Amino acid sequence: MSKDTTASGPAATTTDEFIKGLWRENPVFVQVLGMCPVLAVSNTAENALAMGLATAFVLLMSNILVSLLRDFIPKQVRIASYILIIATFVTVTDYAIQAISVELYKSLGAFISLIVVNCLILSRAEAFASKNTVGKSILDALGMGIGFTFALFCLGAVREILGNGTLFDWALFPEGFQNWIVMILPAGGFFTLAAWLLIINVIQTRKIKS
Amino acid sequence: MSTKAHTPKQEAASSTKMLRAMLGIGILSAFLIVSAFELTRPRVERLQAEALEKAVFNVLPGTESIRAFGLNAQGELVDKATGENTEYTCYAGYDQNENLVGYAVEAAGQGYADIIRILYGYDPKEQVVIGFQVLESKETPGLGDKIEKDQRFLDNFKALDVGLTPGGELKNKVITVKQGEKQNPWEIDGITGATISSRAIGNIIGASTSAVVPMLHGQSPPKVETEPKKNQ
Repeated sequence: MSKDTTASGPAATTTDEFIKGLWRENPVFVQVLGMCPVLAVSNTAENALAMGLATAFVLLMSNILVSLLRDFIPKQVRIASYILIIATFVTVTDYAIQAISVELYKSLGAFISLIVVNCLILSRAEAFASKNTVGKSILDALGMGIGFTFALFCLGAVREILGNGTLFDWALFPEGFQNWIVMILPAGGFFTLAAWLLIINVIQTRKIKS
Repeated sequence: MSTKAHTPKQEAASSTKMLRAMLGIGILSAFLIVSAFELTRPRVERLQAEALEKAVFNVLPGTESIRAFGLNAQGELVDKATGENTEYTCYAGYDQNENLVGYAVEAAGQGYADIIRILYGYDPKEQVVIGFQVLESKETPGLGDKIEKDQRFLDNFKALDVGLTPGGELKNKVITVKQGEKQNPWEIDGITGATISSRAIGNIIGASTSAVVPMLHGQSPPKVETEPKKNQ
């Protein structure tokens, strides 16, 4: 990825590999990666959280494997190899969620297989795990995974509160609240994402100025 | 990019190397997927069976024990245990005095996104549908999946009329109407924002009841002979 702004120069510490994904290089708010699941699955806080955690798990496992095999995979077939590794862990996650709870699988089933095409995972494999040690790759995946989950939750919570009047199925407003149906429709995903990006960018710009 | 980072080798790798890498990863993937499938299968099957059982108790309120039956082409109830291949599957629910509460019938049909599988409870005494639950659907979260959660919609299935004419035909086929326009006891009050999904439910129940209810109605309630499954 050309737009990998990893500032891990000589001074980069191991904690920095973890911290950067949470805020400074947040995969959604700063790198704007993996928009397909961000927009599609963030209609309720619960869906967003489960999707974020599933993605984080796949990211972690594929980062570990890609990092372990980084000397074994020739450059020419690396993308095919990464996709194969990612698809494997997505399938494993799919079975695991089925075994954890029928209810959860019912609400997520259609979206789990979409993790394969999440470009965040491929970009971390290509830009980081294929060039770094296993330990660093784990920290990077954890940071990015938690950052992604956090961002999805931010979107999902806002959309559920405004679009459904609830948070984790808990009613928040009195009877008369008129739900903004548009917020749980696809258009609401764009509105919410734009609003969050605006807020984050305002904060960043102020920080730079001061 | 880290300066300490390991840079990929620039020289062209031989075909053997590429083949070895792809093959190696392929075998590893196959192994991981197969073992995940084998490890989770017993639990997945148990959870699915439990979910189905729970659904039967849910659509037949007051049920204490259930037995599975098949409906064969002649419209006769046959015990599932005989292993005969049947067209429809239904579950007879009994209360604590072993009186028949009703039948839970499985049905399926095209929804907005994919096939929707449902289970509904039929009370042969009152000739009404007394319960409904979605077993499997991929309807749009937040919109189409209201057919599973919307209490106002689910209230339709507390006493949905599926009465028969003296000739043994369904008097009125179940149908979904627009939200707020329900006037007759055989109509389902639809959901605005889930028009296609709620209409699909009407069609599935309509088609299934017009085929199954006339067959079930003539049946004498099967006696409880074998040890039935108890509600925990």
